[in-house]
Amino acid sequence: MTIEAKYGVPTIAMHTDKFDKVARSVATVNGMPGLRQVFVPQPIMGKTAQQLRAYVDGVDPITGRPVMQEVIEGLTQPIDERELGAIAFDRSTPRSVPADTAENLEQVFLENRWTDMLPIVLPTEERVAKMLAATKRKPEEVVGRMRSTHFREYWEYTVEKVAVNAVMAGARPAYFPVILALAATGVTARGSSSSAVAGMAVVNGPIRNEIGMSAGLGAMGPYNHANATIGRAYGLLSQNGQGGSVPGLSYMGNQGNSYGYNSATFAENEERSPWTPFHTQHGRAAQESAVSVFSSVRSTAFTLGLPEKHWREHVEHMLRGMDPHGPPTLLLDPIAARQFVDRGAFTTKELLIDWLYDTARMRASEYWNYQLIQNYIYPRATFGEEPWASKLKAEPDEMIPMFRREDIHVVVVGGESNGYWRMMGCNYQKTVSVDDWR
Amino acid sequence: MAEKLTVLNPLGYPPKITRKALAPRLSTLEGKTVYLVDCRFDDSDLFLKQMQAWLAEHMPGVKTVFKPISSVYLQDDPTTWEEIKARGHAAILGVGH
Repeated sequence: MTIEAKYGVPTIAMHTDKFDKVARSVATVNGMPGLRQVFVPQPIMGKTAQQLRAYVDGVDPITGRPVMQEVIEGLTQPIDERELGAIAFDRSTPRSVPADTAENLEQVFLENRWTDMLPIVLPTEERVAKMLAATKRKPEEVVGRMRSTHFREYWEYTVEKVAVNAVMAGARPAYFPVILALAATGVTARGSSSSAVAGMAVVNGPIRNEIGMSAGLGAMGPYNHANATIGRAYGLLSQNGQGGSVPGLSYMGNQGNSYGYNSATFAENEERSPWTPFHTQHGRAAQESAVSVFSSVRSTAFTLGLPEKHWREHVEHMLRGMDPHGPPTLLLDPIAARQFVDRGAFTTKELLIDWLYDTARMRASEYWNYQLIQNYIYPRATFGEEPWASKLKAEPDEMIPMFRREDIHVVVVGGESNGYWRMMGCNYQKTVSVDDWR
Repeated sequence: MAEKLTVLNPLGYPPKITRKALAPRLSTLEGKTVYLVDCRFDDSDLFLKQMQAWLAEHMPGVKTVFKPISSVYLQDDPTTWEEIKARGHAAILGVGH
């Protein structure tokens, strides 16, 4: 769109047919509803040259017209005034929904896709007012902005909008400062990636115990009211605050992601951890309450404990099982955390992360062959961006690091019923103070 | 009859959108240079090279240039856009998934 609008070059944008609605929607919200787009069948990935040539020789599956005819006409036929659409798109959101019965309103919320398809608590004025009373911030204050993907426009939300979504999720007013802090991250828990991502949130500091969050047995769900509803509120606020998360339109996750129901929200077990709390590794004081958010939550690997003889190999194989574009955050039950201290003398999280970074290696040729590495890392490497540019110089059989050290993290959670632990493939984004939102 | 409730709308606030103009179209592609811009996602390069081959066979009067973007599609690429503006007449970008 930039090359067309800013540089004045007539352009055709090619997409696969699964993306027709989202591609047209993105063009519209970027002010170019008439952008000329041509579609070919999905997928492009993995097809032979002959199969791709058949796409070129074939028809646009959306319009049924020959692909190359559409391309040539799109570059040569004059722009029709009707293609341009309205000159400006003034959009606004009414404060309330037209009054109706509870049963009908629940249906309205469902049909508008304002929910996660589970029953919600209707956000009446009275309920929202109680939520708002849990913070000193004003209802009209802007908390942040979100968008579902890089190409979409940012939507903005206020303290009141966050409260509305918190009520819908079933959260109690005491949880509201945590939910506001999650909203203030500006990191969506409803990303539109076709890789079907979810969010993850870790809570640290005194607020955990003040509101009864769980860091122990069943902390990751579904057994604690605060964990469950804070995470659900984060998800609902994300989808509504950013203007929607609708399959085929503003959500393209191929398989969906059940972590999305409460955005894998839990407290760190600081009391039983042998190490410093996560938020103190990211600029916060131990006595401060904070939330840390992770995006692109997709894959997990798990095992039980660290058997003495081959624990290094076991961990290495788990690391090798991750996609190198989905770096690991270790979620360790306190038993497993102490085993890492005992087995490897990892007396700090940093020492463990150093070892994980050194251990997670694969042959360069294998690394560069991963599709997500080709899509997102290889172009940056060829552009000279480190550390990938140096990795690109490695011999095909050279063992190179799978991840950047700064992308590997460790969090302690669990109730010590056993030493199970897991690796969550995800990307740490940021840590935000909860106390600022009380 | 069931009581009617007033509840609040959960949606955030969208930005105002202002129309951006499309570039004027060419009268013909004959004698013109068309850039095939590879967004470097999945196997878009292989697809665009097939499109380039089609143009060579069916429209030999069109000059084509295969051009991968400088980095990932998530980043703006003014260097490439400037080159196309200076040396080309039209562009085909692909493939957006």
